[in-house]
Amino acid sequence: MAANVYKPRKPYRLSKYVFIFAIAFLFMPLAVLVAYSFNAGKTMAWHGFSFVWYEKLLFSSDELWKAVVNSLIIALSSAAVSTVIGTAGAIGVNWHQFKLKTYVRGATFLPLILPEIIIGVSLLIFFAGIGIHLGLFTIFIAHTSFNLPFVFLMVLARLEEFDYSIIEAAKDLGARERDALVKIIIPISRPGIISAFLMAVTMSLEDFVITFFVAGPGSTTLPLYVYSMIRFGVSPVINALSVVLISGTILLTLSARNLLKYIADR
Amino acid sequence: MKKHYGLVYTTPLTVWITLFFVAPILIIVLYSFLQKGLYGGVEWRFSLDAYRALINPVFGKVTLDTLAIALVSTVLTILIALPCGLYMARSRHKNLLLILIVIPFWTNFLIRVYSWIAILGNNGLINEFLRGLHLTESYVPFLYNQWAVTIVLVYTYLPYAILPLYSTIEKFDFSLLEAARDLGASHMESLVKILLPNIKAGIVTSILFSFIPIFGNYAVPLLVGGKDNVMLGQIIADQITKTRNWPLASSISMVITVVTTLGLAMLMLIQKRQADAQREEASRAAEFARNGA
Repeated sequence: MAANVYKPRKPYRLSKYVFIFAIAFLFMPLAVLVAYSFNAGKTMAWHGFSFVWYEKLLFSSDELWKAVVNSLIIALSSAAVSTVIGTAGAIGVNWHQFKLKTYVRGATFLPLILPEIIIGVSLLIFFAGIGIHLGLFTIFIAHTSFNLPFVFLMVLARLEEFDYSIIEAAKDLGARERDALVKIIIPISRPGIISAFLMAVTMSLEDFVITFFVAGPGSTTLPLYVYSMIRFGVSPVINALSVVLISGTILLTLSARNLLKYIADR
Repeated sequence: MKKHYGLVYTTPLTVWITLFFVAPILIIVLYSFLQKGLYGGVEWRFSLDAYRALINPVFGKVTLDTLAIALVSTVLTILIALPCGLYMARSRHKNLLLILIVIPFWTNFLIRVYSWIAILGNNGLINEFLRGLHLTESYVPFLYNQWAVTIVLVYTYLPYAILPLYSTIEKFDFSLLEAARDLGASHMESLVKILLPNIKAGIVTSILFSFIPIFGNYAVPLLVGGKDNVMLGQIIADQITKTRNWPLASSISMVITVVTTLGLAMLMLIQKRQADAQREEASRAAEFARNGA
């Protein structure tokens, strides 16, 4: 019995050590990239401190910046379209009855559980089958498709917290469907809609595998460009680019949190 | 009236997912039963060639390798993620720790893979170091094997596994563990018998979030997996880009889809059984309480 009631002094010590290990594991490789982005030499041997790779990144990487522009065009357009369609879908599924409801719920769940390569390959075969040329347009379609389920589910989660009686009350007081949509439904789901949009932008900027299959000549996005940098001749410019992307991620993570908090508090 | 607006709201979504998601999947199901076209594409003739082609030792080996890599990386990922989620949920600085996990989660995936090439590659940091110490003349091949693929997969999907575990454990009532210990359970016993069953949903989600993308992974074995194909995803891509055998690409895709779906169904079944058992136990406890009173 005495052995059983024994309490270790620091009962969650193991979980703490594992967490510290995990953080080191997650950040150590990124730290290496940051450090070597300031290396004067071209290899992983240290040749002194320098900004040369940042200069190269800014002033002599036209192809890379073209890829950035492509990525931004795709990310913003596909996030916008998927946010509109996904939000409307969530409103319909949450508050209205219609025939294909089960189908819509099931079909939007599929992209979440199938590996990316299946989605990429099936879209490629589909586009080839109906004879659409691969390019920015096909990437836009693909990105909108994989963003839709996430937007749909995120907005739906927000809507489920609200009582339909608010809208019924508005309608009893003479509001038309459009009034209810503009004055009640969209304002109450705004935090959900905005975080869904941000999530869609990020997932689109991030996607490599699906894009890899549905991209055509001249439609290189940033991840595709990074891939070719890694695969065919590594230049330390990629280290400098990594630092820019990692800093961008940190800024976005922090500002997205604050932005959401700000919206939620209003 | 309500019915009418339901369709207005959901038709764009329904049309989009049907056209660009359901239809393409149905097309690969169909193509997997057709004959390979002479110059790519398909012949419209029923054939089981694409499935017969799967019955060969090379494909069998890659399937088993893929399964092995996926299982080992998933288990490692969960074993690391579980204590992490526990520690985060009990911490006073939850938000800060959460940000620490979210940053690698959102950092560009290829950059994260590349960071390991910079460290373990033939001209990477460690080999540079070993050469500097004259421990090796050329390089030690850390990369381009199954182990490198496993490490990088764990690295990639660890944040995906931590987040759902954290959010489940965060909702757990830790006074239950105190109660268990007051009743004589050891610390470890209380974790295994009380915490684990209560966070089963989070564990299942974490396993799915890691196993599914790992099993169908393409990019990681492509970048750190070496010349020979080590995972199924690479074989599909080869059929598409090199040999242009669409029915075969489709049939391999079907294998991945079936394995993924089976995994999903199995885990959901476990979850359902767990829920049923809990409900039964609760009703038995209620009955006991009634009889006792």
